[in-house]
Amino acid sequence: MNMNNELTIKIAGEAGQGMQTVGGALCHVFKDSGFYIFANQDYMSRIRGGNNFFQIRISNKQLYTLRQKSDIVVALDNKSVDMHRKDISKEGIVILDKKRFNITGEDSAFFDIPMYHMAKEIGGDEKFVNSVACGFLAEMTGVDFRYVDKVLRTAFSDKKKDIIEKNIEAARAGYDFSINNFKKDIFKIKKGDAKDTLLMTAIDAVGLGAIKAGCKFYSAYPMTPATNLTNIMAHYAKRFNMVVEQAEDEIAAVNMVIGASFTGVRSMTGTSGGGFALMAEGLSLAGMTETPIVIYEGQRPGPATGFPTRTEQGDLDFLISAGHGEFARLIFSPGSIEEAFYLTVKAFNMAEKYQIPVIIMSDQHLADSYRNVEIFDPDSIKVQRYIVSKEESKNVKNYKRYQITESGISPRAIPSWIEDPIYADSDEHTEEGHITEDAWIRTMMVEKRFYKKMAGLSGEIEKPKVFDVEGADCVLIGFGSTYGVLSEMKDSIPDKNIGYIHLPQVWPFPASDMIELLKGAKKIIVVENNAGAQLARLLKRETGIKATRSLLKFDGRPFNVDLLIQQIGQEI
Amino acid sequence: MVEAKDIKSSDEIAWCPGCGNFGILNAVKKSVAKLGRDLKDILFVSGIGQAAKLPHYIRCNCFNGLHGRALPVAVAAKIANRKLTVVITTGDGDCYGEGGNHFIHNIRRNLDITLIVHDNQIYGLTKGQASPTTDPGYQTKFQPEGVIEEPLYPLEMAIALGAGFVARGYAGDYEHLSWLILEGIKHKGFALIDVLQPCVSFNKKNTFEWYSKSIYKVNDDGSYNPEDKMLAFQKSCEWGDRIPIGIIYQVEKKTFEEKTGLEGRIPLVDEQIENIDICGLLREDFT
Ligand SMILES: Cc1ncc(C[n+]2csc(CCOP(=O)(O)OP(=O)(O)O)c2C)c(N)n1
Ligand code: SF4
Repeated sequence: MNMNNELTIKIAGEAGQGMQTVGGALCHVFKDSGFYIFANQDYMSRIRGGNNFFQIRISNKQLYTLRQKSDIVVALDNKSVDMHRKDISKEGIVILDKKRFNITGEDSAFFDIPMYHMAKEIGGDEKFVNSVACGFLAEMTGVDFRYVDKVLRTAFSDKKKDIIEKNIEAARAGYDFSINNFKKDIFKIKKGDAKDTLLMTAIDAVGLGAIKAGCKFYSAYPMTPATNLTNIMAHYAKRFNMVVEQAEDEIAAVNMVIGASFTGVRSMTGTSGGGFALMAEGLSLAGMTETPIVIYEGQRPGPATGFPTRTEQGDLDFLISAGHGEFARLIFSPGSIEEAFYLTVKAFNMAEKYQIPVIIMSDQHLADSYRNVEIFDPDSIKVQRYIVSKEESKNVKNYKRYQITESGISPRAIPSWIEDPIYADSDEHTEEGHITEDAWIRTMMVEKRFYKKMAGLSGEIEKPKVFDVEGADCVLIGFGSTYGVLSEMKDSIPDKNIGYIHLPQVWPFPASDMIELLKGAKKIIVVENNAGAQLARLLKRETGIKATRSLLKFDGRPFNVDLLIQQIGQEI
Repeated sequence: MVEAKDIKSSDEIAWCPGCGNFGILNAVKKSVAKLGRDLKDILFVSGIGQAAKLPHYIRCNCFNGLHGRALPVAVAAKIANRKLTVVITTGDGDCYGEGGNHFIHNIRRNLDITLIVHDNQIYGLTKGQASPTTDPGYQTKFQPEGVIEEPLYPLEMAIALGAGFVARGYAGDYEHLSWLILEGIKHKGFALIDVLQPCVSFNKKNTFEWYSKSIYKVNDDGSYNPEDKMLAFQKSCEWGDRIPIGIIYQVEKKTFEEKTGLEGRIPLVDEQIENIDICGLLREDFT
């Protein structure tokens, strides 16, 4: 394990046992002491009971995905011992409290710690077991206690002073227990230089992107895994003067976003597949009224309510075609936290430029995974406005909201800024925005909303990210969250002549780029988290290129690098 | 000063001759003229139906959206630019049927907007199906045996939900209606004006003649206290022989704008967004 210079730690237990708190705190402890991390939660759709786990992979270099096996499992309940014992690495251990779990059997992988007893002694309360665990994990991995101290103080900063102190005391006890009882150095791996990086999830990045882009109105109806976006927006609402409103349903959410945007304010909503289904009607309204909106869609497995807390990329077909009628739209599929940030800012710019709906498609895995990112430069992408400014408005006469233009884009004036009234309509309409049934106007308007805007959008596609594709024996293609696992897989098997392409934008599809890139490709494998090979079909439909094979995963869990290496190995 | 004649738009009116909607349109024009605001600062939002066409016929800003969805668009427009006067024109089917959920929850939200429901107790634009307010027993092609459901009582419902301004108007009394609309707009908070609107093509029961016999003005009686909730419930139940119109219920309530602090700030739409600085936040919360 030392040779790998990396570790995978899993903390498992029942829902409600606080895995997320300890997991989140550990992420910061590891980062502060220099490690790079990739962490996520596997949780069931229940508040108590069941089996959940938080997994953290740590290393001295950037990480982008998960591993199949864990090196250290901390079992917080009896059930977790059996469940996760089979998934540990060769030298891996399971940390458990034998007495508490009534386990008498011997197992060379077991490392017994009376953590519940220790927690009780310190706090009179078992809640402190998480802090005990935090302490000994830190010591085992060679982390200085001062990082634990600092992080716990921040994590519990809203608690009473004696609670904070008791948590630290519990962590200290765990730390000392490790010094005195765990004599091996195998888990003390080399640290990296991650101290000054940022630690966030892709959904944080989407929220920050929206704030940076000038989103002032956010409305949503709660649905996992998009709820965290609402939480972030609500958390910063005051500071950035935004209004964040819980809508009565997703239909209201999207229509509210349209209303605010019509009035001139950058607006956004976030949901998952089920909620997006309800928004389809509003998506079409945004298309018809040419109102810019941004929708974040965090995919989870369907159909219907599916696996509420798990991951999938099954909504690609749906997002591309949702809404009745024909109109232009843009769909981004960021593959990393950095991309999630930049593409969100761009989503607002493009929505406003083309006066269309823009969808940021993500999935639970990317949305909820923590990773270090280099401090990014929020100013490297400009917030560009495409409206008739207040100044310019003074000179506008005889304003026509849907004026026919070469580009299909009519100047967008803001109500009350210009003297003339603005008419927007969901029925087919004249250039003035009044209802019409004229065949010629209909043709002009469809050309405007669909052909002309699609042509404009096709001219500024977010390019596919390409790695060693030229002359490769095999080219892998993915979108969204598979970016991480594809890049790590390639690093892990440098002897194979493999290239890969990640698509940060799936609609309009980068057809001409892909035709160029795949010219002469010997073998094309499309990797996707769904059962229908939706990306492979889209590739075929838009370019005529047929993938050699699809690697599909649709068990609600993300790909991991070991699994992918194994599968690719069988293919080539 | 704008006058009613300046408010007319160039769009050709597509209602049946004799429709109650004309009375409502005239009343709207008169109240807008009396309001004394620039037309550019007024926004009419509508859904779908005959009633929803109204914004096209006046020279104010117009967002004519989807069936049942006028309210969410309107409230968010108001949030985005609280300086706009926002008025919604909608039908009984549009508002109480397809849009029922939004009706309920936007009363709770209590933004300073005015909702005018053209209540013809029928679906006009789709040619005469029952609406949630159609009188029981009324026969349509969709309900050949007559409507069997209980009607929905918009005024009682709005009062029960806590609306601060609940009124009933009549398309046949344009002076009174324009007064009501003006009062509704002036009321700080959500205002509902349910307007009895004869549909000359599809509602053969609730006609101008039918209404003319029973309508009376509740506020004419100086003793009527619109702040009395129980009395307001009583009045909203009257139907048939005696139908009260006027301000049935009115109380002051804190608005969404006040509760969120929007009121004290510049309108969201006027905020500069080109240079929002998030660097501090990145360092504070994500390192
Ligand atoms: C989603 C949707 N469903 C159905 C319709 C068809 N539709 C148009 S108007 C209308 C009913 C309108 O009735 P009401 O609100 O009472 O208005 P009126 O025409 O009587 O003024 C319906 C069902 C539609 N446009 N959209
Ligand atoms: S159908 Fe009825 S409501 Fe519609 S315009 Fe004709 S009379 Fe008016």
